[in-house]
Amino acid sequence: MMTDTVTTPGSGASNGGMLDLLNGFVVELRNAGLPVSLTENLDAMEAVQHIPIEDRDAFKYALGATLIKNHAHWRSFETVFEVYFSLRGPEYKIAEGDGDTDLDELWREMQEAQQQGEGNGQGGMDSMTPEEIAQMLMQALMNGDQGMMRAMAKQAVQRFAGMEPGRPVGGTYYLYRTLRNLDLDNMLEKMMDASREEAPGDLTSLEERLEKEEYEDRIEKFKGEIEAEIRRRLVADRGAEAMAKTLRKPLPEDVEFMHASRDEMVALKKSLYPLTRKLAARLARKRRHGRKGPLDFRNTVRHSLSYGGVPAEPKFKYPRPSKPELIVIADISGSVAAFARFTLMLVYAIQNQFSKVRSFVFIDGIDEVTDYFKATEDIQEAIHRVNTEADVVWVDGHSDYGHAFEVWWNKYGKDVGPKSTVLLLGDARNNYHASQSWVVKEIQQKARHVYWLNPEPKSYWNTGDSIVGEYGTYTDGVFECRNLRQLESFVDLLA
Amino acid sequence: MTTTDATPTTPFDAEPRFESVQEVRDALRDSSYLADEGISGIVYLADRLNKPILVEGPAGTGKTQLAKSVAEMTGAKLIRLQCYEGLDESKALYEWNYKKQLLRIQTERGGDEGNEDWTDIKDDIFSDEFLLTRPLLEAITADEPVVLLIDEVDRVEVETEALLLEILSDYQVSIPELGTIVAKQIPLVFLTSNNTRELSEALKRRCLYLHVDYPQLEREKEIVLAKTPGITDNLADQVARIVRSIRQLDLKKSPSVSETLDWARTLMLLNIETIDEQIAKETLNILLKYQTDIAKAAKELSVDD
Repeated sequence: MMTDTVTTPGSGASNGGMLDLLNGFVVELRNAGLPVSLTENLDAMEAVQHIPIEDRDAFKYALGATLIKNHAHWRSFETVFEVYFSLRGPEYKIAEGDGDTDLDELWREMQEAQQQGEGNGQGGMDSMTPEEIAQMLMQALMNGDQGMMRAMAKQAVQRFAGMEPGRPVGGTYYLYRTLRNLDLDNMLEKMMDASREEAPGDLTSLEERLEKEEYEDRIEKFKGEIEAEIRRRLVADRGAEAMAKTLRKPLPEDVEFMHASRDEMVALKKSLYPLTRKLAARLARKRRHGRKGPLDFRNTVRHSLSYGGVPAEPKFKYPRPSKPELIVIADISGSVAAFARFTLMLVYAIQNQFSKVRSFVFIDGIDEVTDYFKATEDIQEAIHRVNTEADVVWVDGHSDYGHAFEVWWNKYGKDVGPKSTVLLLGDARNNYHASQSWVVKEIQQKARHVYWLNPEPKSYWNTGDSIVGEYGTYTDGVFECRNLRQLESFVDLLA
Repeated sequence: MTTTDATPTTPFDAEPRFESVQEVRDALRDSSYLADEGISGIVYLADRLNKPILVEGPAGTGKTQLAKSVAEMTGAKLIRLQCYEGLDESKALYEWNYKKQLLRIQTERGGDEGNEDWTDIKDDIFSDEFLLTRPLLEAITADEPVVLLIDEVDRVEVETEALLLEILSDYQVSIPELGTIVAKQIPLVFLTSNNTRELSEALKRRCLYLHVDYPQLEREKEIVLAKTPGITDNLADQVARIVRSIRQLDLKKSPSVSETLDWARTLMLLNIETIDEQIAKETLNILLKYQTDIAKAAKELSVDD
């Protein structure tokens, strides 16, 4: 709409190049699973014409604001951005020989300052002893100087990472090597000691805590610089596309429960809370707003008064469907434990959407854990108690669905009523024990619904000792729940 | 009010409000809103691209304040539409003044002259005079510059969001009886959302997206300094650091910027120069609003390690 008014310096001749560049970037984003529509692409194109191209941060924000509309996607966007544009922009060149940059300059200044009293020779980090390096790094960190830290990171990677062109190892290997040589854990201690000395009196524990957090924060930033440096070098070696592929990470909602790494688990937990809030709001709304209720006569007449007695605006009663009662029976043996935990967390986070929630966990024995969740507001703590205190082992601690179900039915079967919805969670890998699937059949006859949630990919069902098919025939549906997205859409259907 | 047939120059050709990102940032600072690079950059882009900004982020990080400050710094009128469940067309866009229309018809009958026929009356009662403008219509028909704030847009139902689409992309409102009303000037539009639900793709696509998070340590300190007159640099630094420390805990509700400011003001009123554990613990209830959170933070802050 405003193409005629756009004349920013540098946009004329390089427009074609820019177009290709941005298109390539959008393709990368889409490859990383981020939804970018055509109009958003056009917006980005227009946006970058209004900002100075040399300003890398502004460029990034312009692209981010136009292309990414969900904060959870920001990290993925950043990764793609860093990889794709890592070699573009003067300050990010890897200086080999003549290509002098500001960072190298800064590095020399730092060295000079360092060598005032020592009189060592000039050069890169290669000519320094580890003690000198540690000393210098500590200074940079204590001053909290961004530029110095970046210069340090660059030199450290050059010296310690031992990167060889064409070697097929991932960035984490180089990162590990660099960090091992820098010994950052001890660095924190040393810095704390130094600031204890500097302080006039003793540090109170509060001050100590604050200092420590400040230094931890700086060390984290420094690690980030090192990572960025390694990434730049890798991209220079292998090309942006290859790197983008290896660095591509699934979005939090697409991470599989059964194969999540520790970092991914943390990210998952973080994204669970906002998700439950959204889910609860949506369910509450859904309950209130199906406008299919019968005519509310009184209300209609009351409103007709403002139209001179003509019932121009019919009013309807809102239907208020009753909340379901939920019974969750979860397998918490090794492989599916993470899945069970997440489902329990999710269910309890939105428990006021149900009239009652009861939960049971089993491996080969079964135990009720409802009280753990009642006792505390803190779901994490309750989950922790489920893992440590629940009495779920009967013989050998290998999943035995059959026995667990049978015991459950004898003990709690009478509590299943026409309002109950029963969720069975697990991969149904029964270690070739008896299935006792009649229990599920009984439940189905008494309960409103029975659903089975399986964290395994569909293609693995009914292979080996998995008997999900046998149980599944007696349920109202078996759902694949490999990630948060699938779990969320199931719960949506449930309430 | 202008209708489609009489628009020689479109308002899209209007002069941009700002020259550079830095100008936005400085101007915001003058109206005591400390923006970071991202915030000022996106405000600048929104002006250049004539696009609304969708501001998301945790409660109390200054989303609404941003719109107010932008209004203040551009000298524009702030028109605010507070969203809530059940918001509809007649509250957001426009409404016909039924009572006045009815009165008009009845006066006609009572006048007993009978020389005006039905078509005249019909044309008459569906004219500007009988139109009650609501915030959205008001924002685009105003003559002076306007900042439109659509607050907590995530509270309306998905279907109601559709009401906003026409105005957000084309800055116009279609009224069946009157035709299309086109904006006289392009307002700067801010939509805020607390992210209690996913907004529709259609809405997001039309906006620039800005996520406002809790500020970094340095910026928070600056905010405290700017907003709490008379506070010492040292105390502001301590406040910012302790708040950062508390935000790292796993809490139900982390302290927001406004709560940080409340806390700083309280400390000022109590004439406190430096915060020690005792004071921190005693005043925690200003930062945190849940008993469990307060207990947790008090425990964490007093651990000796």
